[in-house]
Amino acid sequence: MNARLQVQDLSKSYPGPKGIVRAVDGVSLAVSAGEFVAVEGPSGCGKTTLLLAAGGLLEPTTGQVLVDGQDPYVLSAERRAQFRAANLGFVFQQFHLVPYLSVLDNVLAPALALPAADAKERARELITHFGLQDRADHVPAELSTGERQRIALARALLNRPKLLLADEPTGNLDPDNARVVLGYLAEFAHHGGAVLLVTHDAAALSLAHRTLKLRGGRFVD
Amino acid sequence: MGLARLVLREILYRKLNFALGVFSVCVAVACLVGELAVLQKHDARTEQLIAAKEKDTREKMAKLEDDYRKITKGLGFNVLILPQKQNLSDLFAQDYATQYMPEAYVERLATSRVATIQHLLPSLQHKLKWPEYERTIILIGVRGEVPILHADPKKPILEAVPAGTMVVGSEIHRSLKLKAGDRVKLLGREFTVGKLHPERGTKDDITVWISLAEAQELLGRKGQINGILALECVCATDSLDKVRAEIGRILPDTQVLEFQSQTLARAEARQRAAAEAHDAIEREKQNRARLREVRESFAAILVPVVVAGSALWIALLAFSNVRERRVEIGLLRALGVRSRRIMAIFLGRAALMGLAGACLGSAAGLLIGAAWHEGTSPAPVGPVWLNAELWLAVIAGAPLVAALAGWLPSFLAAQQDPAVVLSQE
Repeated sequence: MNARLQVQDLSKSYPGPKGIVRAVDGVSLAVSAGEFVAVEGPSGCGKTTLLLAAGGLLEPTTGQVLVDGQDPYVLSAERRAQFRAANLGFVFQQFHLVPYLSVLDNVLAPALALPAADAKERARELITHFGLQDRADHVPAELSTGERQRIALARALLNRPKLLLADEPTGNLDPDNARVVLGYLAEFAHHGGAVLLVTHDAAALSLAHRTLKLRGGRFVD
Repeated sequence: MGLARLVLREILYRKLNFALGVFSVCVAVACLVGELAVLQKHDARTEQLIAAKEKDTREKMAKLEDDYRKITKGLGFNVLILPQKQNLSDLFAQDYATQYMPEAYVERLATSRVATIQHLLPSLQHKLKWPEYERTIILIGVRGEVPILHADPKKPILEAVPAGTMVVGSEIHRSLKLKAGDRVKLLGREFTVGKLHPERGTKDDITVWISLAEAQELLGRKGQINGILALECVCATDSLDKVRAEIGRILPDTQVLEFQSQTLARAEARQRAAAEAHDAIEREKQNRARLREVRESFAAILVPVVVAGSALWIALLAFSNVRERRVEIGLLRALGVRSRRIMAIFLGRAALMGLAGACLGSAAGLLIGAAWHEGTSPAPVGPVWLNAELWLAVIAGAPLVAALAGWLPSFLAAQQDPAVVLSQE
């Protein structure tokens, strides 16, 4: 099987004021290369927890995560960070661009974790690809929200990840910009990448190959 | 993009936070360097003051020396040359020397080139009962001043007593009601009373002065004397050693006794003045040393307090910076940036803060040192500089202290869980 992401019986619990809270409860899924999978659900259903666990950022209470066949949680924190840098790309609803860095430097941020000789060239290619070549020296505050998300997407793609994890990437965008961003995600999948998108926006599901519904920490039909 | 670029961009973005940190380091370093500069200037000022005081003292002492030279030109040590065998206890008990030496000694002394002697008065003294009047007298035979051959002729300070005459002390002439011109007998020989001495309140009041030759005859001491008064011996040094040495070389079987010397007291006064001047310099040195100690004590309290305050301030600024950049840290961690690189970002920032503060602070400290002057200081001491080692220590030390101050916030930044940060956002 060519699964870029395999999540098996994943649970994540937190201690809450009224006892243990199961944010994700026995979830399993797989995303193959070239596949664009969307997880849809309302706020608080465990989407972000699932995404962070899948991205090697949040160790599950039980269950297993395999990214390209490798369980990131058996690695030390530092090696897991390197693993993320080499294999994963993240896109967030809030973009999380570094406010004092130019567009080019923001796209180059992953190179701090995984330096590459061609990083700058690759960053310029991505900026051009996303139609922001004239904005390379601008800072995020000078960009529109749609442009910011495209920069965030370009940053996520710098290290040529195998799996792209997107958390409500269209949440702050108008429909036109949302369509553009989703189009890029689909394009990434089309070129052999794997995309896991979590969203509560039904409109964002249109380009996904598969949609999973998450309710109360579990997938439902 | 490297870490350095990221750090510099962030510094430019959050200028105020960085500037506040630089300012605090600048204040701490300025205090340290300023204090060192002030101490350096204090030392230079001390040297200046002491040198001025020493110069002043030298000048005053030279003037004093000159004054004494002039004073002692006309004065001198008064010494009594006695036979070597003379027991001084006997001399003081009996008021006259009991040992004798040849009268020729005085000629020998007068013809020698003794630079220190000015007046020579040979005498033969004897205490006896004046048989004709039943009175105890000190009979002194003198021949007046013996001229010193090599010296310029001087007015004699003691005239010779003419033969057949006598000079009588006050107690004697008063009690015997003698008058000038009276004819008296002494040891069977007749004399005419010449001068009458006024009352002196000393043994001089019972002296009877006659010519040396007559005294030698009357006492049966032909060609003998028992003392030579050498008056106003000029000596450039403060002691009699030179006079003694010079006389001892010419008259080896004699001894030299000093008496009634004003010069000695003046020489002592001069020595006391020199000692006082020396003490004044020492007191000045001690005062300056005490002032330095006070300044050092002040610096020993001020500098650590300011450095600690600055370190605390940097730590607070670093905490603030970490809190402000929480999402950025979470993002970088999510992108795979290792925790030690995150730490390096914050420690580098703190070190740059320290470096900038050290450069500005050392310049400010030197300016403080240059502008500082003591209230009573009339003359500028000149520029102050830190030596290279000290400057390097400050330039290297300040970033180190700043990095240490920022270590805990940096560590906490590196330990932030990206999942917590990103899920909260």
